[in-house]
Amino acid sequence: MKGIFIDIEKCIGCKSCEIYCAVSHSASKQIFSAVFEDPLPAERVKVESYNAFSIPIQCRHCEEAPCVDACPSGALSKETETGIVAMDQERCIGCWMCAMVCPFGAIIPKMDSKVIIKCDRCPDLDEPACVNACPTNALLFGELSEVMKKSRKKAAQITISAIKNAI
Amino acid sequence: MKSIEKSVNILIEKAENEGIELAWDRLEKQEPQCGFGLLGICCRICNMGPCRINPFGDEPKKGVCGAAADVIVARNLGRMIAAGAAAHSDHGRDIVHTLLLASQGKARGYEIKDEAKLKAIAAEFKIDTNRDKNDVAKDLAKGVMQEFGMEKGEIQFIKRAPAKRREIWEKLGILPRGIDREIVEMMHRTHIGVDNDYANIILHGLRTSLSDGWGGSMVATELSDILFGTPKPVKSKVNLGVLKEDAVNIIVHGHEPTLSEMIVLASKDPDLIALAKKNGAKGINLSGMCCTGNEILMRKGVPVSGNFLNQEVAIITGAVEAIIVDVQCIMPSITEIAKCYHTDIISTSPKAKFTGALHMEFHEDKGLDIAKEIVKKAIENFPKRNKEKVLIPDKPVEMCAGFSVEAIVEALGGKLDPLIDAIKAGQIKGIAAIVGCNNPKVKHDKSHVEMTKKLIENDILVVETGCVAIANAKVGLLVPEAAEKAGEGLKAVCKALGIPPVLHMGSCVDISRILVVAAAIANALGVDISDLPVAGAAPEWMSEKAVSIGTYVIASGVFTVLGTVPPVLGSAEVAGLLTNGAEGLIGAKFAVEMDPVKGADLMIDHIKAKRKGLGL
Repeated sequence: MKGIFIDIEKCIGCKSCEIYCAVSHSASKQIFSAVFEDPLPAERVKVESYNAFSIPIQCRHCEEAPCVDACPSGALSKETETGIVAMDQERCIGCWMCAMVCPFGAIIPKMDSKVIIKCDRCPDLDEPACVNACPTNALLFGELSEVMKKSRKKAAQITISAIKNAI
Repeated sequence: MKSIEKSVNILIEKAENEGIELAWDRLEKQEPQCGFGLLGICCRICNMGPCRINPFGDEPKKGVCGAAADVIVARNLGRMIAAGAAAHSDHGRDIVHTLLLASQGKARGYEIKDEAKLKAIAAEFKIDTNRDKNDVAKDLAKGVMQEFGMEKGEIQFIKRAPAKRREIWEKLGILPRGIDREIVEMMHRTHIGVDNDYANIILHGLRTSLSDGWGGSMVATELSDILFGTPKPVKSKVNLGVLKEDAVNIIVHGHEPTLSEMIVLASKDPDLIALAKKNGAKGINLSGMCCTGNEILMRKGVPVSGNFLNQEVAIITGAVEAIIVDVQCIMPSITEIAKCYHTDIISTSPKAKFTGALHMEFHEDKGLDIAKEIVKKAIENFPKRNKEKVLIPDKPVEMCAGFSVEAIVEALGGKLDPLIDAIKAGQIKGIAAIVGCNNPKVKHDKSHVEMTKKLIENDILVVETGCVAIANAKVGLLVPEAAEKAGEGLKAVCKALGIPPVLHMGSCVDISRILVVAAAIANALGVDISDLPVAGAAPEWMSEKAVSIGTYVIASGVFTVLGTVPPVLGSAEVAGLLTNGAEGLIGAKFAVEMDPVKGADLMIDHIKAKRKGLGL
């Protein structure tokens, strides 16, 4: 299953992910014209900070998604093929139940159309716009198993070096 | 393909094979570029920030100090104008300094070359001209120095503008009072908590830019003419094919003529030519790049090896012994690329050092001696050239340059009337000034050439400076024979006068020559510059100098098309003022159009409307 992974040590809080998320969800897909669109496009990722670290937060597309369970109109659903938590605008009634239960605050109310918006992981792009825009590669899009393999390799390297140094 | 120039594409491929990174590769690594930067809504002016404004209407809508997008965009733009004006004007200051030293006999190799121009300019400064030329030059230099620092009401050359134009400036309170003063005041106004009204900042931006166009740049042009001679039509050759396989190839790159003029002299020195031969070369082959190239092209006919985006690939030819640089538009990357070859990058200005370059500091008092040392260094580098790595993939193209205002008037038989008559009769529909840089965001030279072609086809005489003039020279548009590519009316005029349909008027400070022509035509017709069928464009601009230029061109009343987007779209108010509201204030505005042919159409429509306004 593919996902967006974040290396908080690399995030410098530049908000490029926010900008290009909005651009990729604009009508023109072009930054210079997107800022003049009506309605203005909105970003589905928000950079938050804590203790001098920053982190982009967007829908994690949870396997056991509380928002899907809480949605009374069936607007939110977990797609089995892509693994994304999808949103059907037609069905959304703007009750914000999903917003209440989301542990990440990744549900964004869109008041002009009285529905919610959230990360759709840019279905038309090979790589989500936020990941593509990140100048420090703090955002990574890939298979969970491959990303974990990389993390294990790194952990192994650190652990083995530490042990070797000790003996 | 990154360029319309075949040799550039071949050399880009060579660089790729050799693992050398060029501007285009670095741009790719930067993409997508920072959205806040592109829109001008990142503020780094104080340390409560950096602050950014959400361009999509959400929070944050204000910086910590309370500045909204309009003030942030205006401050950033104001500082770009100030930096551009500073670059041109500091170049001008160096020329004044050289004139002073030359008049005192303290600058070996320099002398007064155009005494008539010296006296004409001195008369504008109310200096007694019935004296020895060096005494006049000394007083003129001291008089011009006053233009920079002291306040004496308004700068001198502003008086060349039509009365109607000066009235507009006076009414708006934007008559420039001193070249340095306006730049310093812009830095002050854009400090945290000073000028917090976007329109007021932009108005001062206009004043700052005018202190460049009618001040610093005009000083640089006029005094360079006095020192080095006023350009006359001259034939030369252009593109990387001017480099020679069997000669010591020296490229002068940068902007000022003070050093490059001395390098020209040194390259003709018999002892140095003999040294070149002793080192196995057939001779010394000097060429210019960017505006220092334009300076020595205009006055000495020295061949041009290329424009801004040619600088890196020139090294890739493997045939360049030395690139001698002074100031402005010199990529820091060239020292790194030069390490892959035998090429020496020789920096010469105390203002501009480059890590990895050989620094041979230039001082006007010993100008010629230092120039000879530099040329000697290049010659001694020739035996180190690796012949197997040499690739000069082009043959030079013929070109014509040297169209100073004086040269244009002379070509017209002593007065501007034939040109004005041709415009009135509609043989020439109008005049377009195309200026500015290269920018890897645009296919190298493409916009310059396509826009120029479209305009001359429509009987619009094109005047150019800087990198765009070099671009069109490379495609053969700067020769009288190119008149065949012009519309019937312009073709007939060019053929009668024996001039190209595209006139090379010099370096980027020489855009001041274009202002002088525009003012002279407006004065002859008794109208304002904004009434004339003229338009401007900067299709591939990238530098802060270009921002200052574009601003003083619209402030002087000329509609201007920008081919790359300026960082102002984060504020609808500022963008609206520049592309719409300015018309009501100064009779001219900007348009942004990335398609060069559509940009040319906007200029053609504008020229048509202005002809109608004049009853033509």
